[in-house]
Amino acid sequence: MPLNTAPNLTRPDDFYEALIDMHRDLDDAASQAANARLILLLANHIGDHQTLLEALALAREAP
Amino acid sequence: MATDAIDTAIDTAIEPDYQRQQYAYTPCAEQRPGHAAGAPHPVVVVGAGPVGLATAIDLARHGVPVVLIDDDCTLSTGSRAICFAKRTLDIFDRLGCAGRMVEKGVRWHLGKVFLRDSLVYAFDLLPESGHQRPAFINLQQYYVEGYLLDLARALPNIDIRWKSRAVNLESRDDHVALTVETPDGCYTLCGRYVVAADGSRSGLRKLMGLESHGHTFRDRFLIADVKMEAAFPPERWFWFDPPFHPNQSVLLHRQPDNVWRIDFQLGWDADPVLEKTPERVIPRVRALLGPEAKFELEWVSVYTFSCVRMDRFRHGRVLFAGDAAHGVSPFGARGANSGVQDAENLAWKLAYVLAGRAPDSLLDTYASEREFAADENIRHSTRSTDFITPKSAVSRTFRDAVLTLARDHGFARQLVNSGRLSVPAVLHESPLNTADGDGETFAGTMVPGAACADAPVCGMAGVTGEPWLLPRLGDQFVALIFGAPAGLDAATRSALQALQQGAVPLRLVFVTDAAIAASADPWPGATVVRDVEGLAARRYDARAGTCYLIRPDQHVCARWRTVDAARIGAALDRAIGQAGQGRPAVAPAPKPMAMA
Repeated sequence: MPLNTAPNLTRPDDFYEALIDMHRDLDDAASQAANARLILLLANHIGDHQTLLEALALAREAP
Repeated sequence: MATDAIDTAIDTAIEPDYQRQQYAYTPCAEQRPGHAAGAPHPVVVVGAGPVGLATAIDLARHGVPVVLIDDDCTLSTGSRAICFAKRTLDIFDRLGCAGRMVEKGVRWHLGKVFLRDSLVYAFDLLPESGHQRPAFINLQQYYVEGYLLDLARALPNIDIRWKSRAVNLESRDDHVALTVETPDGCYTLCGRYVVAADGSRSGLRKLMGLESHGHTFRDRFLIADVKMEAAFPPERWFWFDPPFHPNQSVLLHRQPDNVWRIDFQLGWDADPVLEKTPERVIPRVRALLGPEAKFELEWVSVYTFSCVRMDRFRHGRVLFAGDAAHGVSPFGARGANSGVQDAENLAWKLAYVLAGRAPDSLLDTYASEREFAADENIRHSTRSTDFITPKSAVSRTFRDAVLTLARDHGFARQLVNSGRLSVPAVLHESPLNTADGDGETFAGTMVPGAACADAPVCGMAGVTGEPWLLPRLGDQFVALIFGAPAGLDAATRSALQALQQGAVPLRLVFVTDAAIAASADPWPGATVVRDVEGLAARRYDARAGTCYLIRPDQHVCARWRTVDAARIGAALDRAIGQAGQGRPAVAPAPKPMAMA
């Protein structure tokens, strides 16, 4: 299943705030750890290997 | 004991101390004055470790005389390979020494992974019954070598030469000439083929100007063999960041003789000389066992691990096997186990080529199949070692994230990688396989290229034999036919009998689900067994008429839903690397097998 990069967030601004808020009061190391856990949790939810590889490749591309 | 019944009879009444055993050097025929150079030996095997010994024994079973040289005169010292996987035990069963090993070894199949002081993950390597051999035994390498050597020395056509080091190698048209250095000076040893099973620092590899390539992990591990009475169960235990060794990993295995193998991760900055001293080791062991524990250190060393392989395992008439060809980190037990699988792949192919039954190009498939398997083993071992020794800060962050999530979430437990334990590679891409036909679909894992599954069976009434399927397979090509002989029509029967006597002899094994009467339909050279629990049919997804073609190394190379002798014959040609070349017009005289 191809990676969906079209608008798909049900509540975009709410999500963005929650993402930043996840890191409230965390130092850099704790933030890195939390991000890593978040990536793993969301990756498992997506599941499909090809979709994940697409996301990884897009993420790695330098602007 | 039933488990010993298929072992070759060896006098085991007095077991030597294999750790201290020394074997005698005696000058060989080539060193006697006036010796006239004769024909080259068919095969010279260099290195009498587990892989060289398994190769020599397997070749001898095929009737090929072997010269086996080793630069030493003792068995392996220290703490080397200890976890021997089911496939390896199945191979040793065919060779004739698994019974002794399973008797002596510590069986295990459960592994547990701990993070700090709590259990994160447990795995079962052989969750089902109905296999003769366990998932793993732990047994010190010197026992494995000792038992193999006892077997090799009892075979008439293995000439074992100790204190014999190959110091030069010359490739000639139809043989290889080795210069062998002994206590009495050098001599020339010629072999039509040479098997280089001389370990990770292979002298033959260096003599040929070849190298292994791969990755070395920036880490150090303390390996300790500790003799103690301890209450840990026979399970593989792995800790991440335990209280007794913070921020590092520890691995614990039980071995025979109350010897425990403990691996302590030390980190790259550890001093490998200092860390071997009792002053450093004893406190680490005591921290694990508790202040009251009584133990002795039997062996201590510090290792750095690499995953490497030669680009090609075949160089003309020289075939590289075991650690000489490829090396892995030990998490997953893929070193010695894959080496023994190299040996079983190579031996029958060499025997068939030497007997004129197969073209020399069959040996190219040893290299391609085992290079493929080595890549799989390296991939798994690398992934495990990356998880245990993350290569970068961000890798460590993800590793720790997995461990944290694993406590509460099943998906993360799948990602915890303290070692993916050795299973035989499925040789999916081998050119020796015949692909499943259109419309012939099979479920399960017995695909072309897979090592055969075992199953409980019983023989004909009044005829004894192992109550297992695997001892009926191997050493020759086998057509494994589900159904009774009476179910085949006369034309098929006659065609199969022709294949049995053909240039590449085929053995027939029928698997039935009904009780077999002793007098029912005798078929010379065919074995009939009963699938007592239906597990053979289940594991092979078999119906009446299903037919598998099995290689001498117990790997599936073809399968069909009906018995068709022409298709079997074509698959047989393909499996010896002779597809499309037609069969030799005259069958060469079959070489007798060394074993009765």
